[in-house]
Amino acid sequence: MFNTAEIRDVKKYFTSGGFFGPARDVVKAVDGVSFYCQKGRTFGLVGESGSGKSTIAKLVAGILRPDHGKVTVHGEKDIVFQDPYSSLNPRMTVRQIVVEPLFVRGVDKQEISERAEAVLSKVRLDAGSCFFKYPHQFSGGERQRIAIARSLIKEPDLLVLDEPVSSLDVSIQADILNLLKDLQEELSLSYLFISHDLRVVEFMSDTVGVMKSGRVVEVADSEALYRYPKDPYTKKLFEAIPSF
Amino acid sequence: MNMRLIFGIAIVVFMGVSALLAPVIATHDPLEVDLSAEARLQPPSMKHFFGTDNLGRDVYSRMVYGARVSLSVGFIAVAISLLIGLTLGGISGYYGGWVDGVIMRMVEIMYCFPTFFLIMMVITFLGPSIVNVMIVIGLTSWAGLCRLVRAEFLTLRERDFVFSARVQGVSHSRIIFRHILPNAMAPVYVSATLSVGGAILVESALSFLGLGVQIPAPSWGNILTSGKGYMDYAWWLTLYPGLAILITVLSFNLIGEGLRDILDPKMSRAR
Repeated sequence: MFNTAEIRDVKKYFTSGGFFGPARDVVKAVDGVSFYCQKGRTFGLVGESGSGKSTIAKLVAGILRPDHGKVTVHGEKDIVFQDPYSSLNPRMTVRQIVVEPLFVRGVDKQEISERAEAVLSKVRLDAGSCFFKYPHQFSGGERQRIAIARSLIKEPDLLVLDEPVSSLDVSIQADILNLLKDLQEELSLSYLFISHDLRVVEFMSDTVGVMKSGRVVEVADSEALYRYPKDPYTKKLFEAIPSF
Repeated sequence: MNMRLIFGIAIVVFMGVSALLAPVIATHDPLEVDLSAEARLQPPSMKHFFGTDNLGRDVYSRMVYGARVSLSVGFIAVAISLLIGLTLGGISGYYGGWVDGVIMRMVEIMYCFPTFFLIMMVITFLGPSIVNVMIVIGLTSWAGLCRLVRAEFLTLRERDFVFSARVQGVSHSRIIFRHILPNAMAPVYVSATLSVGGAILVESALSFLGLGVQIPAPSWGNILTSGKGYMDYAWWLTLYPGLAILITVLSFNLIGEGLRDILDPKMSRAR
């Protein structure tokens, strides 16, 4: 078993203010984080909002550059965002959105068409009826499937899933999570799965990292972590899960 | 449907068609002078719809030709300011950093000048002509548009679909033209339409002051000037061009506001 992504002692600080404004503040969004994603498996990252999870997602996807440390991804990577209303260009048709990763790589037309249809059926959408519609004609769950299709079309090895179900209805969350699990098995994808929802992370992940103010306070196998949380912060998080 | 928009477009189309068909619908030669007593300063009649001026020229025909000047100055001046405002605003908002700093200081410098006097000064140096008027209005009115476009680019470049495009390895130019620009255009359309009205008004004012279209060539502004000496007994010389300017500028403002109602992102999200 080998690693698709290695994150070594990564730091990312943001500064605000300065120039004519008040004195500079430094926000240590990510402050020395290390972990790795194994092929075909899911690394879950859990933590409350502001703990630096989304910054890690952007660092691994290559949208941000680390100030310190190293992010290594072996093979292709892509990212699925939380809000499928913001992640699809409202002025492009579904087909244009889905094929863009291939289009900009100069893949020939015939192959683009074939792969676009194949990838749409993988996310269980009907290519014929979807291709020439615009994102606003779809529900949140369908939009998230379109976003997943766009990420899959270039056959990535690693998918960064940044709260992919947090903005969806609970009934649809399960559909998307199951779809993601099926896709992982079928395509032996690695996932970096980020969420603030402990139960969703437990369902999805093989290994879980718990984040607090820019640091990973505990990493353990999913089962072990949920049974015997070691770090006091992890224990606190678990106690906060509402039970019925 | 939006009544303001329909009303505004109807009037602008009417004015535009009149301007295009000027040689067909004009009843007289706009430059033909007749100094005989029975031809000068005639009130509106079936022969001269809007009367005649102090040189016996047909005011209606002069106004139809004058519409060409007003509308073309309005559109071309705004096209020039759009070209500059979109380019600089887009670069500024997309790249940020020191490029943004330099461009925003340029915008602030433009804001420091009282625009109308700047235009008058430049026209005085370059010599009055319709082409100069278009260019100078265009060159002095891009600052507001530039800020608007920059603000749109700043928000859009942080949207997830732009991040996604970056992860896909989409080139900067494709991100700018395919992903950001089409989503930034709504407020630009509104602002540009309102500026057309503004540019027409500036051209009329310049022509009124003798810095725009030079007599004997007609424009709404200079018809107004030549009529101002006869206001007490030849009211048609100032009323009709004044009304034409008023109605045209008003209808561009109506279109602008109508577009704003339709394109406003908060309204469209509610649909």
